[in-house]
Amino acid sequence: MPLLSVKNLHAYYRTEAYGISRTVRAVDDVSFELQKNEIYGIAGESSCGKTTLIKVISGSIKPPLRIEGGTMTYTFDGRDVDIASVAPEVMRREIRWKEISYVMQGSMSILNPVRRVRRIFRHVVDTHQGIDDKRKFEALCRDHLKKLGLPPDILQAYPHQLSGGMKQRIAIALATIFRPSLIIADEPTTALDVVVQRGVLQLLKDIQAESSNTVLLVTHDMAVHANVADRVAIMYAGTIVEEGPTEVIFGAPQHPYTQHLIASLPVIGDKGTRSALPGAPPNLASPPSGCRFHPRCPMAKEICRRVVPSMIQLDTLHRAACHLVGEREEA
Amino acid sequence: MRNFILRYLLPRLGQYLVVIFLGVTITYIIPRLSPSDPVERQVAEIMVSGAHFGPEAIAHMRDALTDMYGLRGSPIEQYLAFWARMFQGDLGPSLSRFPTPVISLIARALPWTLGLLITAVMISWVIGNILGAYASYYEKSGIMKVIDVASQAVRPIPYYIVAVIFLIVFAYFFPIFPAGGAYPVGRRIEMSIWAVQTILRHSALPALSLVTVGMGAWFIGMKSLTSNIISEDYVVYAEVTGLPQRKILYGYIMPNALLPQVTGLALNLGMIFSGALILEVVFVYPGMGMLTYQAVLANDYSLIMGIAIFSIVGVATAVLILDLIYPLFDPRVRHQ
Amino acid sequence: MLKVIRDLLRYDGRFRVAFIFLLATFIMSAISYVSPQDPGRTFQVPLDRSPSLQYPFGTNSRGQDVFWWMTFAVRNSLYLGLITAAVSRVIAIFVGLTAGYRGGYVDRILMSVNDSFVVMPVLPLLILLSFLFRGRMGLTGLGVLMGLFGWPWDARLIRSQVLSLKERSFTRTAQYCGAKDFHITIFEHLPFVLPIVFATTINNMIWSIGMEVTLGVLGLSNVTLPTIGTTIYWANAHQAMVAGIWWWLMAPVVVSVVMFLGLYLLSQSVNEYIDPRTRLRRIGA
Ligand SMILES: Nc1ncnc2c1ncn2[C@@H]1O[C@H](COP(=O)(O)OP(=O)(O)OP(=O)(O)O)[C@@H](O)[C@H]1O
Ligand code: SF4
Ligand SMILES: [Mg+2]
Repeated sequence: MPLLSVKNLHAYYRTEAYGISRTVRAVDDVSFELQKNEIYGIAGESSCGKTTLIKVISGSIKPPLRIEGGTMTYTFDGRDVDIASVAPEVMRREIRWKEISYVMQGSMSILNPVRRVRRIFRHVVDTHQGIDDKRKFEALCRDHLKKLGLPPDILQAYPHQLSGGMKQRIAIALATIFRPSLIIADEPTTALDVVVQRGVLQLLKDIQAESSNTVLLVTHDMAVHANVADRVAIMYAGTIVEEGPTEVIFGAPQHPYTQHLIASLPVIGDKGTRSALPGAPPNLASPPSGCRFHPRCPMAKEICRRVVPSMIQLDTLHRAACHLVGEREEA
Repeated sequence: MRNFILRYLLPRLGQYLVVIFLGVTITYIIPRLSPSDPVERQVAEIMVSGAHFGPEAIAHMRDALTDMYGLRGSPIEQYLAFWARMFQGDLGPSLSRFPTPVISLIARALPWTLGLLITAVMISWVIGNILGAYASYYEKSGIMKVIDVASQAVRPIPYYIVAVIFLIVFAYFFPIFPAGGAYPVGRRIEMSIWAVQTILRHSALPALSLVTVGMGAWFIGMKSLTSNIISEDYVVYAEVTGLPQRKILYGYIMPNALLPQVTGLALNLGMIFSGALILEVVFVYPGMGMLTYQAVLANDYSLIMGIAIFSIVGVATAVLILDLIYPLFDPRVRHQ
Repeated sequence: MLKVIRDLLRYDGRFRVAFIFLLATFIMSAISYVSPQDPGRTFQVPLDRSPSLQYPFGTNSRGQDVFWWMTFAVRNSLYLGLITAAVSRVIAIFVGLTAGYRGGYVDRILMSVNDSFVVMPVLPLLILLSFLFRGRMGLTGLGVLMGLFGWPWDARLIRSQVLSLKERSFTRTAQYCGAKDFHITIFEHLPFVLPIVFATTINNMIWSIGMEVTLGVLGLSNVTLPTIGTTIYWANAHQAMVAGIWWWLMAPVVVSVVMFLGLYLLSQSVNEYIDPRTRLRRIGA
């Protein structure tokens, strides 16, 4: 039983200004499953729709973003929940933070600049557990922070007095305080220096190992996926182009875009120059026809321009969407 | 703490001194730009206006005027003497009510203006901000749309015109409030319930006009601030964690959006004060504005000058007080 | 330009209202040129007639047709607003660009002076000045005078705009190329600052026309010239409200509300149009 099953999900931003309307197809026909007790990574370059995908599957959809098709079904304790049709109040009280929690992109600025850190812990705990008693609350927080190796004094601090790494850890501490089934982390290590990054990742890994829940880790940084993820999905221009176990994605990537991403990873001792991908990421308001990667793909063929490649199952856990892969399979 | 004093406190104090320095200097220079001899012109105007003074009084007045304009000695000496008098709080004698000192006329009018201004500004600031935040954060309700349109409509209209409209509506069509005067002429002010009631009734229209215009302005400002802050990460995050809307509004949006509104209050104080002056004239309310009007009517130059200097110092001081309060709301300033 | 106006007319209700109100205001001021009445003369028409077909705004106690008088008043008030705006624009642009571009001590001193003028209550000073020059100052003089006090808000805005422009790369490139400060300021920054200058110009006109109303009511602007302020001054002087000649006060009130709202809505609508966020949505980035 997967924790989450997403099928043919479409989510677009529709905006209008001075008579010019625009549709950004940020998530376009995405399907995947999250298993219990795994770290699932999503990779892809900036503005390919990673954050949008997260917003949709965590049920925080606000205009101009709209779901235009597909299904998303969670299974919490054997109970199926269609996230798109949950009443907002139920969503807010019973699912947020208890089942799905979220380490937002840009965690540097998620803390209210004019209130002490304690306040947000207080609000979150009060909202979801109704713990009003000050001592109980204090004990719960201190306990939780200590377990994560954070000094409890940070509750007393104002955000501007904390370092970036500390704020990121606080975001993780907040997300894990109720041991949710799913923790979504959006770029948790971007904007941190390498040493701090390692600490933050270790923290995430430890928490996952301890409570065997699911972590959905989104980052454009392939090295992070290599170190942390069990399975990785590669996103390009609003679609998933390849998915597989981490070793397979890094060891035998099939999609040309994945191959490019892996090839451009720095390798110790390698002095050769790596080829940069020509061209710019596509504009999601008017994506290329056929395979969205075709204008930049070194192996593009005539058919790529016209026909959208379908997802090909290469192995039980490995699949990719590319005409080349399809031909090879048929042959 | 040291940082706070060096980076926040001292610059504010410095700015305060600069405002007063510039204000006093400008009022010192202005009469010197006048092409005719201001003393003789003034004396002539007062004679023409029909006041009766003995020759001794006129000589005294000429003296006082020469002092007033600071026309004794070299320009530097004049300027320094001007400052010396300012420091003693000496704004000279009033010409139309010679020899009553200007400062005591101001002292009599000031409580009225302060009472009106403080009450009206506090009411409009608080209500305008709360409504503005509501209007922007919650789904648009009918009443909010009405407030929005009304605020946009009064925003650009000068205080005077708004006041005239109020006057016409309330004094003629719905005569609930007296059209002018804070206190019936000829009665000594005494503390009694009756006195308080009368004052309140007579202050109602000027206060209402001031509140209406102010509330509209704060409402519009808060609405746009809120709509910006709503997309800040800490608000989006509070929403994602599932906090109830009321908590988000009062715990996250308001404390942040109000900071620029406090600064805005400080920056706009001069304009609000100017507005109050003119409202007093419309409603014949016995404060600084009325005093100014009387001074203009009576050609009382020294009184006008005294009011100008006093207003500048007064508003600058109020701004300084707001600046000193500000760190209470913003920990980033407090704990630098 | 025409396309912008067409877009705004089609998609922005506020702009439509502004357009109609300002059009009315301009027509009003334009027909003053064909006025059969000289606003300087009194006792031209029967006194105190209420509005009728012949006298759409009625006549006043000085024997003037209020409608024709108002056409001059609108024209003069607009003229005053333009003068003030022009003078204060020059100062604001100069101070804003210099402070923003030079930075350091220059910036600190200029901004300190600037903020002093922001904080200072201008009305008492203007009363003092107009009092001294009463009767000797025409509209142009008054406009210039107000211009001297009307620049600080906009200078601050322009400065902050320049500061953000400075961070962009093209300024750096220009600096490496050895461009002179002045050249950078004029050719690189001004074009970006101009839309803001336009929006603030309108606000400045609103401010100065409103200020003239105040001074006029106090009898401190030149009361022989028809303006919105002096209309009210004369109505008050003849106790129009007490005598029941309400149209004499109503005319300036209605006309000025139309004019102020027109200007204000125009500035709001333009502000939103040039707001970077709106612009992004528009060009679809
Ligand atoms: N509120 C919005 N309105 C309109 N378009 C939006 C909005 N938010 C995002 N987009 C567009 O949707 C696309 C996907 O954005 P998204 O934030 O999901 O990308 P991302 O993969 O998370 O990028 P990054 O790595 O930079 O975080 C982008 O083209 C972006 O411009
Ligand atoms: S489908 Fe064609 S264009 Fe797309 S990745 Fe495969 S080869 Fe390249
Ligand atoms: Mg993102």
